[in-house]
Amino acid sequence: MSSPKTETLTGAQIVVRLLERQGVRTLSGIPGGAILPIYDALSQSALIHHVLARHEQGAGFIAQGMARVSGEVAVCMASSGPGATNLLTAIADAKLDSIPLLAITGQVPRSMIGTDAFQEVDTYGLTIPITKHNFLVGSAEELLDVIPRAFRLAASGRPGPVLVDIPKDVQNQAIEISEWPAPGVADPVPAPDAELLARAAAMINEAERPILYLGGGVVHSSASELAVAFAEKASLPSVMTLMALGAMPVDHALSLGMLGMHGARFTNFLLDECDLLIAFGARFDDRATGKVAAFCPQANIIHIDIDPSELDKIKTAHVGIMGDVKAVLELLAPQVSARLREPWLSRVAELKAAHPLRMPGIEDPRTPYGLIRAIADCLDDEATISTDVGQHQMWVAQAYPLRRPRQWLTSGGLGTMGFGLPAAIGAALAEPERTVVCFTGDGSILMNVQEFATAAEEDLNVKVVLMNNASLGLVFQQQTLFYGERIFASKFRGMPDFIKVAEGFGWQTLDLDQADDPVAALGRALSVRGPMLIHASIDTREQVLPMVAPGASNKDMIGG
Amino acid sequence: MNAISKAEGQALARTVLELDVNNHAGVMSHVVGMFSRRAYNVEGILCMPVGDGAISRIWLMVNEDARLEQMVKQVEKLEDVLAVRRHSAEHEVFERLEEFFR
Repeated sequence: MSSPKTETLTGAQIVVRLLERQGVRTLSGIPGGAILPIYDALSQSALIHHVLARHEQGAGFIAQGMARVSGEVAVCMASSGPGATNLLTAIADAKLDSIPLLAITGQVPRSMIGTDAFQEVDTYGLTIPITKHNFLVGSAEELLDVIPRAFRLAASGRPGPVLVDIPKDVQNQAIEISEWPAPGVADPVPAPDAELLARAAAMINEAERPILYLGGGVVHSSASELAVAFAEKASLPSVMTLMALGAMPVDHALSLGMLGMHGARFTNFLLDECDLLIAFGARFDDRATGKVAAFCPQANIIHIDIDPSELDKIKTAHVGIMGDVKAVLELLAPQVSARLREPWLSRVAELKAAHPLRMPGIEDPRTPYGLIRAIADCLDDEATISTDVGQHQMWVAQAYPLRRPRQWLTSGGLGTMGFGLPAAIGAALAEPERTVVCFTGDGSILMNVQEFATAAEEDLNVKVVLMNNASLGLVFQQQTLFYGERIFASKFRGMPDFIKVAEGFGWQTLDLDQADDPVAALGRALSVRGPMLIHASIDTREQVLPMVAPGASNKDMIGG
Repeated sequence: MNAISKAEGQALARTVLELDVNNHAGVMSHVVGMFSRRAYNVEGILCMPVGDGAISRIWLMVNEDARLEQMVKQVEKLEDVLAVRRHSAEHEVFERLEEFFR
């Protein structure tokens, strides 16, 4: 037996080697003093493509885009101090939407920690509440344990962000390595409780007016197909949260679309009438439930979640099952009887006909709904759709025919303006064969506009559709509806020439306002490869409707 | 306890939590941060290493509150928390300490 080959490597080289062994081939970040040893080691990697973001928040969201479309842990990097603080928003966003992310930050040398050294900030302390777990690495040796563990933690159970803070002297510390640890992979999830499953099956079989409530966990668990088959077998009308859009094709006969604050009237009315709510991987977020006491007031609740702390957190479940959504569906489906539920489905059809989602202007590509529809008509289900946050996000959530899990990238829990462009860049890096369309607004795009440079540099197939209403539209709408039309700080008085801005970054552009035939112009713009800005002016007074006032009951909808 | 008299304080139902945790810098921050970010006051804290020092035990005295179940679940999720046990307020660990707080 030959003796194991021993190498002398620095902490920085160990990090890069462990990332390579983990299968990382693309990561995003920005170098700086305290992470330069890792960047030096990264320069020698033949396997890893480093994408240079133009702001660390952009790097964080680029990694999120990769993670959201692939389901795999994605990596971002930043230096100490401002590099680390700039990452925080993207990390917090990943926590709320359960996205597997590994953030690696440089830190000042150990001997200088706590001295207010240049670019020193307590990255470990700052990230405790916004990560699943975090590490301040004390030696090069520890990296052999910490890096695979970080991947395992990010991917296990309910996914989430993990941060590894590495002091510069640890990056430079050389040690002998004779053996490499196995790559970190997700822990197996314990099997769901059989007795609880049987009780859940009995409740579903006995229910007269059940509704399936699909959350982001269905997508994370790769359980969309099973969920649709389950709904079909038991004739379960199904609502989706913002995070679950695409889990069931929105035009499926059993789909009731998105629930909650901007759900269709019939959707929220049906939830008000249901006698059983079956929640899969959903967390009863306040934007979905409205006033919790008035949410599904007649319903028993079955709640399935991989995270036991979600059970009974907001709404006490009659049956709460801890388990992976996919495993639960596999075990539950055979116990559930095939039912037609004709009375309930005819009630669904009746309410759907009486209170449909109204999309005024759907035929006119110069209106919000019409623009979204015209773009969808140019694309197929292979396209990936990202959004920023605001009115455009809700219009797209309502109107875009999402039909594929992981087709839809949006900042759900944190609601971060500036998410859309870098997330689209990440999606295009992970799946370069797809067209990636980012719907954004004139408020959101400016929050990470610097990433136009990254997309141009990487020559990515990203199309940004900028719906320009010269305002912070959702703020404008709330001030109009709930603050006596006292419009304040939501109307932009100065407006950049977005076409020139994009051209300045090396993007192709289409100004739909100048197009004689907008549909034909869209078709051409979306079929050209490479980064493209599509600019379209929208009437400032357009509103997202229906709308449930924050804190109100879902059945008290305004408009629509 | 500042705003309430001792008698009133004792009238609140209390719970004692016993946590086995990994012993390294930062674990206490993770545990107490879970409470502080929910504005859930921790009335008493004790922490000492156990055995060879790889593991520590943290004793927490907290007020009973509707959020306690959720708090325990959240604490159990922490990577460095190995076990959480609940005891009644009469647990002697804090009672024996009282003479140091007179």
